[in-house]
Amino acid sequence: MEDNMIRVSVTDREGNVHDLDAPTDMGMNMMELCKSAELPVEGTCGGMAMCASCHMYVKSSHEIPPKSDDEEDMLDEAFFVEDNSRLGCQIHLSNDLNGLKVELAPVGN
Amino acid sequence: MIQTDILIIGAGPCGLFTVFEAGLLKLRCHLIDALPQPGGQCSEIYPKKPIYDIPAYPSILAGELVDRLMEQAEPFCPGFTLGERAEQIEKDAEGQFILTTNRGTQHRAPVIAIAGGLGCFEPRKPPVPQLADFEDKGVEYIIKDPEFYRDKKVVISGGGDSALDWTIFLAEGVASEVTLVHRRKEFRGHLDSVQKVMDLAASGRINLMTDAEVVEVAGQNQLESLAIKTKDGEVHTVPTDHWVPLFGLSPKLGPIADWNLNITKNAVEVNTLDYSTNVPGVYAIGDINTYPGKLKLILCGFHEATLMVQSAFKRIYPDKNLVLKYTTVNGVNGFEG
Repeated sequence: MEDNMIRVSVTDREGNVHDLDAPTDMGMNMMELCKSAELPVEGTCGGMAMCASCHMYVKSSHEIPPKSDDEEDMLDEAFFVEDNSRLGCQIHLSNDLNGLKVELAPVGN
Repeated sequence: MIQTDILIIGAGPCGLFTVFEAGLLKLRCHLIDALPQPGGQCSEIYPKKPIYDIPAYPSILAGELVDRLMEQAEPFCPGFTLGERAEQIEKDAEGQFILTTNRGTQHRAPVIAIAGGLGCFEPRKPPVPQLADFEDKGVEYIIKDPEFYRDKKVVISGGGDSALDWTIFLAEGVASEVTLVHRRKEFRGHLDSVQKVMDLAASGRINLMTDAEVVEVAGQNQLESLAIKTKDGEVHTVPTDHWVPLFGLSPKLGPIADWNLNITKNAVEVNTLDYSTNVPGVYAIGDINTYPGKLKLILCGFHEATLMVQSAFKRIYPDKNLVLKYTTVNGVNGFEG
């Protein structure tokens, strides 16, 4: 893999796995990566941890910086929240996330 | 019936700026918004967040941007129908649009500008089976009149300010019994509200269930009880007259989807010449529209609004010539009432 590129895998809500190549030098996060791959992630608030529309589960054991209060608070408005729940917009793509596996959380009504 | 020149659906930044640009052409505007206050997302989602890409403002809070847009629009006396959702449009015999809201308010105009952003903000509904069967039969997503809950048993879900504030309000001499259910132990509301809820729980005036969520609704035609699951896996049956889930708002495209507009991925297709839609007389500007190269930026919405009103003017006054006048030369001449 080139420098500053990682591969992450995203399982969509139908169970299909998408392997995505992602640059780590563009300040991108998982919400933006999913949107750019046209996966069904809304990202309503644009990445401010102010909606819960990029809720996903982290399925691999990568060390991701802990949730901020804002993120934890926003997850209160999400449903199907589990211990491995995160907001995609708060997962910033970096080289140590190579091989990251996430699954999109179901959406409510 | 409210009559205007341009009926704007959505009172966000784009809709508000349309009032100004239309006003310069002596066109009057009326705005409709499902939210109870103007400003759209800027007011509802992130009023305290700075925006850095408004020309000439290195940084401005979203709420402040809305205040300034309101000030800029004020000379042109915009009308507002707030807290109502634009539901249906039809044409009358004179070719004008009649727009009716979900509360039955009617508006009439020759031009409609959809500046609906992400759509209408609607309460987020928890994914509980058969929930819809109990809507307005014990399940409400908004507390409109607290008296409705007098001497009733009420369960509130959520961890934000509205859940905390209503719990406190209803516990103080309104409802006969109040239970607050929240998915974790920490609350994100104001510290004094959190403290007050903790005090009410300690004194036994409310039932506080943390690390818990409602998983089932039950009753014969009317809500009678909830199943509440706690993190330890236990399920508790809690008898109640009402359940009020307060999980914030999320946007839905809503009735616009049924207006025969060409829609791609929840956005309205427009012609970039004037941001007109496939329905003559209906325009779409801001985040709700789409075209090749579209960027969802407030900045771009302002530009779209400006070009759109030029086209709207020609549609309303086909025989009049329009000459661009600079505000620096002519000033801003508002309407008198």
